[in-house]
Amino acid sequence: MTALLPFRLAWRQLRAERARLLSAIAGVMFACVLVFMQLGFRSALFDSATALPQAMRGELFLIHPLTTALFRPESFPRVRAYQTLAIPEVAVAVPIYMTQSIWRNPVNGSHRAIQLIGFDTEAGAVSFPGLAALIPALKRPDTIAFDWKSRPEFGPVPALLAAKGPIVVQIGNREVEIVGTVALGASFGADGNAVMSETNFRRIAKDRRVSNIDLVALRLREGADPIAVQRALTALLPADVRVVTHDELVAWERNYWETATPIGFIFAFGSAMGLIVGMVIVYQILFADVASHIAEYATLKAMGFGAAYLRLVVMGAAAILAGLGFVPGVLASAGLYNVVAKATLLPLRMEADRGVLVLALIFGMCAVAGLLAMRKLRDADPADMF
Amino acid sequence: MHPVELAGVNYAYGEGSLRRPVLRDLDLTVAAGEIVLLTGPSGSGKTTLLTLVGALRAMQQGQCSVLGQELMGAPESVRVGLRRRIGFIFQNHNLLGFLTAAQNVAMSLELHPAFGNEAERLRAAERMLDRVGMADFAHTVPAKLSGGQRQRVAVARALVASPGLILADEPTAALDRQSGRDVVELMRDLARTSGVPILLVTHDPRILDVADRVVNMEDGRVVVGS
Repeated sequence: MTALLPFRLAWRQLRAERARLLSAIAGVMFACVLVFMQLGFRSALFDSATALPQAMRGELFLIHPLTTALFRPESFPRVRAYQTLAIPEVAVAVPIYMTQSIWRNPVNGSHRAIQLIGFDTEAGAVSFPGLAALIPALKRPDTIAFDWKSRPEFGPVPALLAAKGPIVVQIGNREVEIVGTVALGASFGADGNAVMSETNFRRIAKDRRVSNIDLVALRLREGADPIAVQRALTALLPADVRVVTHDELVAWERNYWETATPIGFIFAFGSAMGLIVGMVIVYQILFADVASHIAEYATLKAMGFGAAYLRLVVMGAAAILAGLGFVPGVLASAGLYNVVAKATLLPLRMEADRGVLVLALIFGMCAVAGLLAMRKLRDADPADMF
Repeated sequence: MHPVELAGVNYAYGEGSLRRPVLRDLDLTVAAGEIVLLTGPSGSGKTTLLTLVGALRAMQQGQCSVLGQELMGAPESVRVGLRRRIGFIFQNHNLLGFLTAAQNVAMSLELHPAFGNEAERLRAAERMLDRVGMADFAHTVPAKLSGGQRQRVAVARALVASPGLILADEPTAALDRQSGRDVVELMRDLARTSGVPILLVTHDPRILDVADRVVNMEDGRVVVGS
């Protein structure tokens, strides 16, 4: 007796009731799509929340150990940037200033907090799309580049730029000229961004001490091992800075949004709801299959089939439903990702590791439903058959 | 040793003041190749006796040896193993509705290592269906068969694995006179050719003549063994 026989029996039993099978597949598919959308939105929101560190170029970075997220950095002495040059593999150390200031909407005069990012634009430490062309213009005093993906409350800046050419807006107490736009994206921490040279940052953020910086991007010489350099720098520098790789910087930012905010919980909760609904549907179908075949199952027991064989029939049916529901579920989700990505500009994509995760969740969901439905098998008592 | 030997069997349902004995100090033997019909009024304990012999219920007291296996104190796994050597025929056919006649019969053979692959099982099933006169319906699902035809498939399922004993409970109760008659005669003929004993519970006086011996039960005891 091979282990496949109960699976075959499960499939034949499912196949016999077309309407029941289709509703079960639809239930699994529904759960599958729900979980994919929740996890997709979650991942897309975290991706957009980490757009700033992702746009940074550099193999290593220095941050203050108490910095929780880049929209609220703890500053540390600028001299740390220069100290890194003591390691021969460090080619360039670019200090980056970040702060939030008040932006006045150029159309209606309303106020809103904006994230200012200042750095040596020629050092190549940051790679926002559109920045390269603006570098010469950003060298002039009191100029900024505006993030066109900022929230609309900042005013129709791209439209104004297109209509009138460079426009003057007020940030803090200073009038600055917008020379062009870059693409960065609003995050949970900052509704909008403005990028400028180090010198212009100091002009706008007058109360900041020039000797205090918020982030350092390090470019290493060709062939240098980032991990070895990271180790050397950690040993060299005092405890007021932490040396992280680019991946660690992004993960640091992401971890803040995952753990310090309810965002991660909300989407995990949504996914759990989808799985519970799917589980209930699959349970109902499996239970109905067992209940309507109780006399036949009891007969199989009388014929000498063990309880394990019948349990495998139920679990086999659960596994078949999981597989049959997952395939259309993953296809429908990939299609929905495209539609939603176009509508919301969120970076939604079907990713292999998420597919594997959802596959595992769906099989787990069906397995729980199968284990619950299995209890009904106890009612199949061959002694009641006579 | 006979295929079925019961001695001093007592069995009761319920406990304490609700305890209701159904078998009292019962002795019964079925010899090799013998066809024994068990009759008696409702509540006389026939069905309980059949479930004990069929290893579907655990023994409480006495000796019950079936196909050489003592069932008193036998664990579930031993009882499941013994059931594979017994052919059961029920009042209702209990065929799986989503399987064809041949597939239903072949299910019996899944438990027997001698039939390693599906093609062999289906061939044996079709040979058996031929012997019960159902060769033309091998690929038909039970819903498209008449009551008598279904019971013939059930007989084929009980006999295909060459059991050492056949237990039947009211196999004619759901059938009309002629199909009922046909089914028991079929069982008798098949049992005779292979020398398999049959223990058959029935209320049906029309089929008493197929038996080698009729055992009448009353109040948990054998009252007439002829």
